[in-house]
Amino acid sequence: MQDKRFKIAHREALMGVVLVVINFSIWYGFAYGLGSGDPLEYSYVFGFPAWFFYSCIAGTIFMIVLISLTMKLFFKEVPFEEEDDQ
Amino acid sequence: MHWQVIIPLVIFLIAIFGIGIWANKKVRTSDSFMQEYFLGGREMGGFILAMTMMATYGSASSFIGGPGVAYNKGLGWVLLAMAQLPAGYFVLIVLGKKFAIVARRFEAITLIDFLKKRYESNAVIIISAISIIVFLFASMTAQWVGGARLIESLTGLNYTASLLIFAASVLVYVVIGGFRAVALTDALQGSVMIIGTIILLVGTVIAGGGVENIMHSLVAENPDFISPFGADGSLTPLYVSTFWILIGLGVIGLPQIAVRAMSYKDSKSLHRAIIIGTMGIGTIMFGMHLIGVLARPVLPGIEIGDKVMPLLTLEVLPPLLAGVVLAAPMAAIMSTVNALLILVSSTVVKDVYLNFINPNATEQQIKSRSFWVTTIIGMAVVLFALNPPDFLIWLNLFAFGGLESAFLWSVIFGLYWKKANKYGAVSSMVVGLVLYIAIDRFAPHVFGMHTVTLPIVISLIVFVVVSLVTQKTKNLQEYHF
Repeated sequence: MQDKRFKIAHREALMGVVLVVINFSIWYGFAYGLGSGDPLEYSYVFGFPAWFFYSCIAGTIFMIVLISLTMKLFFKEVPFEEEDDQ
Repeated sequence: MHWQVIIPLVIFLIAIFGIGIWANKKVRTSDSFMQEYFLGGREMGGFILAMTMMATYGSASSFIGGPGVAYNKGLGWVLLAMAQLPAGYFVLIVLGKKFAIVARRFEAITLIDFLKKRYESNAVIIISAISIIVFLFASMTAQWVGGARLIESLTGLNYTASLLIFAASVLVYVVIGGFRAVALTDALQGSVMIIGTIILLVGTVIAGGGVENIMHSLVAENPDFISPFGADGSLTPLYVSTFWILIGLGVIGLPQIAVRAMSYKDSKSLHRAIIIGTMGIGTIMFGMHLIGVLARPVLPGIEIGDKVMPLLTLEVLPPLLAGVVLAAPMAAIMSTVNALLILVSSTVVKDVYLNFINPNATEQQIKSRSFWVTTIIGMAVVLFALNPPDFLIWLNLFAFGGLESAFLWSVIFGLYWKKANKYGAVSSMVVGLVLYIAIDRFAPHVFGMHTVTLPIVISLIVFVVVSLVTQKTKNLQEYHF
């Protein structure tokens, strides 16, 4: 018998993988996309080099917001104890 | 002696003792000693869960070593440090509900309990127990040395006295309070870590005359300080990216982290912990490493990286605030050591003693063995830390990747793949460990990747292939989850 709670757990684990892929893409894309040129020609945002601002600061804040939304919208509460089985 | 700096530290220690004594009451009145002592009765709420994950994970290297390297490498090192962000959410989401449900079904108290019931193999228990005891013993010793050095530099006492003060304070609350004391003190220590990071970050930016000003000075010294490739160009995208495996994703395979994922109360706690944990890890890892970079123009010419954080704190902050901030690395060290101590102790008592030595032990026997084992391991670590042998230092550096190579796939496939079996688990553990040791010894940075990358990838392949080939073997129980 496949426990119904496991279906939810499996779907949520997959969402975790998707979140990491998004996280990695933002981090990698901005860092090496904007940061690969000559450091003397960087543009700046709030005093930080643009690559650093978008990859490490804005990217992190974006991930926190995205994770909070995922928890609120998609994650279901399930009981852990066995008597609630089936 | 900097008395004003020491006062906040002493208050912090007293608070921690208080928590230990309070938790001891729970241990004495609980009806299931083992659940209570080693898992805190599976009662953690969201905030405590987030904090204990974060505090266990953030260690001496996040507060002392990391900022030192950032001082020498520049912003590229902060970029690398941010690969740790998933440690705040990925572990909890992936192990998540399934691990909590299955652990309760198996009545598992340790990670090895879970592996034992899932794979039904003594080989799995033995390899796991040996890896945990050896690697984590080494990690503890190194943390202990770090803690002693910190107290030494703040108080001017000699190394031995500092070590004894530090060790005694950790041992007392862990031995008497068990996991609940560990988790609750972690909550306090985690909060101190976050607050300390923010105070020091703000103080450093002010002392440097603003971010813009600091960046100008960095560029004037060497433009590559602000490039993602590091001051010496050594941080290649491939190398930095493979750190995601070691410090972000592979963290699932660390037993001290995984055991936390079976000790929380309900799914609401899990959801809250994922959000709070990500914010906490993000703040600390970003803040502490950025502080290291910003420190360069503020306090130039520091030769020893490990001294950057303490010296900077004493330089840019008034003494009382400096005390609060310096409690942060102490908290980080204590919270890592206490988690390892209770884990090694549960491994010895539950996984070795109860499995192989005395399966019919009474509650009273387990109780006294647990107290004694925890105490003796703690003392043994102190002895080693008095004069740490070289191999322990090596083992410590090595412990993170070694544990991940051993456990990552056994845990993940054990949970999510019906066809995973004991042959797959044992061969992937052995291959992972052997390969990791071999690469670390003979050819670090193969193809420019971090050492842990190949062992993880190859042990994955071995696990899958061996499990599939041995599907037809008799005596394998079927799994339905």
